[in-house]
Amino acid sequence: MNELMSTVDWSRAQFALTAMYHWLFVPLTLGLAVIVAVMETLWYRTRRESLLGITKFWMTLFGINFAIGVATGIILEFEFGTNWSNYSWFVGDIFGAPLAIEGIFAFFMEATFVAVMFFGWNKVSPRFHLVSTWLVAVGVSLSALWILVANAWMQNPVGMRFDPAQMRNVMDDFCAVAFNAVSMNKFFHAVMSGWALAGAFVVAVSSYMLMRRSNVEAMRWSLRVGAWTGLIGLVFTIYTGDGSAVAIARVQPMKLAAMEGLYDGKCGQELVGFGILNTDKKPGDDRQAIFAEISIPKGLSVLANHDADSFVPGINDLINGISLTPEGDTVSTVSYAERIAIGKTGRQALAAYNDAMQRGDSAAMDSTAAVVEANFRYFGYGYLDNPADAVPPVALTFYAFRVMVMMGGLLLLIFAACIFAAGTRRQLWNKPLMHWVGLAALPVAYLCSEAGWVVAEVGRQPWIIQDLMPTNVAISDVSSATVQFTFWLFAVLFTVLLVAEVSIMTRYIRNSTKRDITK
Amino acid sequence: MKDKLRNIYRFYLDGFREMTIGKTLWAVIIVKLAIIFLVLKLLFFPSKLSEYDSDAEKAQAVRTSIIK
Repeated sequence: MNELMSTVDWSRAQFALTAMYHWLFVPLTLGLAVIVAVMETLWYRTRRESLLGITKFWMTLFGINFAIGVATGIILEFEFGTNWSNYSWFVGDIFGAPLAIEGIFAFFMEATFVAVMFFGWNKVSPRFHLVSTWLVAVGVSLSALWILVANAWMQNPVGMRFDPAQMRNVMDDFCAVAFNAVSMNKFFHAVMSGWALAGAFVVAVSSYMLMRRSNVEAMRWSLRVGAWTGLIGLVFTIYTGDGSAVAIARVQPMKLAAMEGLYDGKCGQELVGFGILNTDKKPGDDRQAIFAEISIPKGLSVLANHDADSFVPGINDLINGISLTPEGDTVSTVSYAERIAIGKTGRQALAAYNDAMQRGDSAAMDSTAAVVEANFRYFGYGYLDNPADAVPPVALTFYAFRVMVMMGGLLLLIFAACIFAAGTRRQLWNKPLMHWVGLAALPVAYLCSEAGWVVAEVGRQPWIIQDLMPTNVAISDVSSATVQFTFWLFAVLFTVLLVAEVSIMTRYIRNSTKRDITK
Repeated sequence: MKDKLRNIYRFYLDGFREMTIGKTLWAVIIVKLAIIFLVLKLLFFPSKLSEYDSDAEKAQAVRTSIIK
């Protein structure tokens, strides 16, 4: 058992490490592609040579990030096959189809038009070049769409049925998989956060150049484009984040409760603005959950249900299957103890199906398959020992959510200050303080973005597929030593890649301070 | 058709030749892809289910693992 847990933990750590490193490159690609396309469009419309030079400057930085980041996501697919083989088989074509679409359609679209974007100056018409640049921006977003559809299905498994003969989930409604509320909110939330992050990148690099008194007019112009793109991206990120909260309240209420450190919900539930979580608190005990709490009255009810007086269930409520209507009426749903019983029935039926299959008893196979199907809604609970096992790590989810929100708020202020300073108070950009404010945008944006993924992925634990498969069941039969070794291998490899990217980028930016980038 | 292919080839060739910060970048990309596909994939990341020949055998292996 210890060996198994260790393998699970190392595999999770390895996946988290790979995904978080991968997410350093991806959002910058998503947003910078759009910023470069906007800049090229402005050049195309005005034909001012200076704008062409600026566009090429940012396009080169986009190219460095694209080149270093490309294929880092493939390692995640390696890990599925090696460390998570039960999961990979169990999800079947549900996961495979979006990833295949991503590979065939979006990746090739990107690869084709990236070449035109970089090599096509003076070889194709300006109009065709501009179209290619926009198609790169569309292509990278389409890549993200299919990856996020696959991720969203793990959080909200819909549009499929389980076939015990194939041991896979079989897609029976593509639209339900691709276009449900969770996937669409997740897609727009992630892409718009990429715009915000890329906006922060442009603001930070522009601020550095302004600090060095280099290319002042070009960088002021870039800074305005970056800050506006970042601000628009961030506003839409907040809007889609609100949509995500409503969706989570319905399909992953335990995640929402963990995000708030909420154990006992009520109507008109407040939103915790700041607080220190009591890490000794366990479901069902009488300890105080949060110390030094500063809350927004009725905020969580508004966030989750867009209704200030609505009920938001806490961890204990969900475990006990107790919910309330907005009027305060008690509603009994399926308690977690009952879910565990249902899940165990499904699991036993699958074992009986397996026995019947070995005997070649088709009648028994049909009857046990029907039992599996009838209990499949809570199949994953059959692997839990007690209801508290279904509670995610509350502290990490709670604090990551606050980091995301606080950093997002800070970034909003930075963008607003930059737009104000660059637009109406140009002399402000001679002040070193504003340069430092602009530089701070980048780490703030990355912290916000990575914290968002921690909320999404830690908050859904213990599930790799919500309610259907716990993470420790998804694992392959591999030794923890092997996974541990590859974990450190990745840590070194990705750190080297990151250092390479940062050093190539900073060298290019430093060299650009010594020349006129508009020529 | 031949001319078109030749033009595409020259388009890429000229593009690579004219890259200003290309050498270091391409070195990083080539080393990275070699490590990912020739070292990591081959030595450390075999597909655990590829040892089974048919889908039925793979399904059986997963079923056995999941019901135990």
